[in-house]
Amino acid sequence: MEYKLTYKEYREALKQNKLLGLKCQNCGSVTVPPKLVCRSCASTDLEVLELKGAGKIQTFTTCNVASEGRESEVPYTILLVELDEGPWLMGNLTGVDPEKATMETLIGKRVKMTETRIFPGDKYSAGEGASPTFVLEA
Amino acid sequence: MRKVAVVGVGETKFSGPQERTSVELFAEAAAEALTESNLKPKDIQALYLGNVLGDFSEGQGSMQAFAAENIGCFNVPANRYEGACASASMAVRDAWMWVASGFYDVVLAGGVERAATMGTPLATRTFAMFSDSRYEFPSGITFPAVFAMLAHLYAAKYGVPLPKLKEQLAAVSVQSYKYGMFNPQAHLRKEVTMEAVLSSFMVSTPLQLHDCCPFSDGAAALVLASEETAKKLTSKPVFVVGAGQASNGPLANQQEYLPRLRARELSAKQAYEMAGLKPEDIDICELHDCFSIASLIAAESLGFFDYGTSGEAWAKGEADIGGKVAINTSGGLKAKGHPIGATGAGQVYEIAKQLREEVEPERQVEGGRIGMTDTLGGDGCTLVNLILQRGW
Repeated sequence: MEYKLTYKEYREALKQNKLLGLKCQNCGSVTVPPKLVCRSCASTDLEVLELKGAGKIQTFTTCNVASEGRESEVPYTILLVELDEGPWLMGNLTGVDPEKATMETLIGKRVKMTETRIFPGDKYSAGEGASPTFVLEA
Repeated sequence: MRKVAVVGVGETKFSGPQERTSVELFAEAAAEALTESNLKPKDIQALYLGNVLGDFSEGQGSMQAFAAENIGCFNVPANRYEGACASASMAVRDAWMWVASGFYDVVLAGGVERAATMGTPLATRTFAMFSDSRYEFPSGITFPAVFAMLAHLYAAKYGVPLPKLKEQLAAVSVQSYKYGMFNPQAHLRKEVTMEAVLSSFMVSTPLQLHDCCPFSDGAAALVLASEETAKKLTSKPVFVVGAGQASNGPLANQQEYLPRLRARELSAKQAYEMAGLKPEDIDICELHDCFSIASLIAAESLGFFDYGTSGEAWAKGEADIGGKVAINTSGGLKAKGHPIGATGAGQVYEIAKQLREEVEPERQVEGGRIGMTDTLGGDGCTLVNLILQRGW
């Protein structure tokens, strides 16, 4: 069985600030990040889709304690964004002082993707990673 | 399926960094459980051991085999379970299943971890391995950050103003610290006030230091036996009457279901249905309070309180001894501690001791008949629930 969209393909696209997902030809749901099957109906009849990379913030946190090797990144803000196509996606927020991130200023606000933040990787991560990165829509 | 009982339990003190090896810690807990069960190591037919990070904390893989030999269970089949913080509960559930099936009569289950020995930076890194490493770790996700996001989502979804939620969460921590003070096994034994919680270091907004459980070292063990064997070993068998387990993928994929964790609701439903019991039948519950907000989310999904209201329930004493259900009388993960590979077995230890009315008077639930455990691994990736009932 063909794996339609691999991690590597997803990550390489994200590094070009493009968000790829899978559109289910059976139920219409969008799955992101990619899996073997549709997240809703488990169908394998999937087509690769480029998402708009826009949505609204469902929740967030500003992190002051990081994992070993990533201490210099703090403070940083992590988001769960509900994308316009339906799925929720974890990413980072840029353009807002992490110390000033509050429920009032962020939750429910619209965001769009900007330049992807790259995690260069550590000894456990099997290479680099990419984090979808968002800014508040003007 | 046969009825299965917990016939003996053992546990080390949960603690900060210490110098005993994982195998030595588990040996202490296992020896206590065997002594309580009136059994010798040769009577044990298999060992099921929760251990998550031995590879990182000691450079030790395959902990189960070394542990089995160390305690004199020579050459028994030994399995290691890794389900993040729910590992020991997975081990106990599988041990229960193999005895219930009739394949074994007597199995030793438990777990061990040296999470404190790792130190905060490495522990934070390795705990983040229980989130999606490809798609979520690049964002810098940490374990506190997962529950911090659920806290903001809880406030938004249920319309609880954040300052009010923060006070409710502080009350949860204060209650856990209160019971930890009376539990000699507890890692953190100190009185902590609401003011101290609310003025502690901000780990990941809105969760502060006293909203978070510590990294702990420790071990716990228990012996499970068939009903027929249990009758010969103890006058106080604690029967496993319900068990459930479920899994889930990355945090973001749980989307609109959040802050509820779907795997918990599926797991708890299995356990209640198997036991033929309802949430109101539970007298005592040890639930997975890795963070204060996790207590509220768990208590609601287990059916004790309505969604969005359990903070008020804690404030009114409904989650305390004498309330609707006595929650985390051990001090919970918050005060008793969280040696992740051992935590679930530690919860069973507490329930068994409570049902046998053997805990300190300040935290004893009088006349409790039915107890429940709730153990969460990762950001909802593994959930295990057990329901235990006194058999005398």
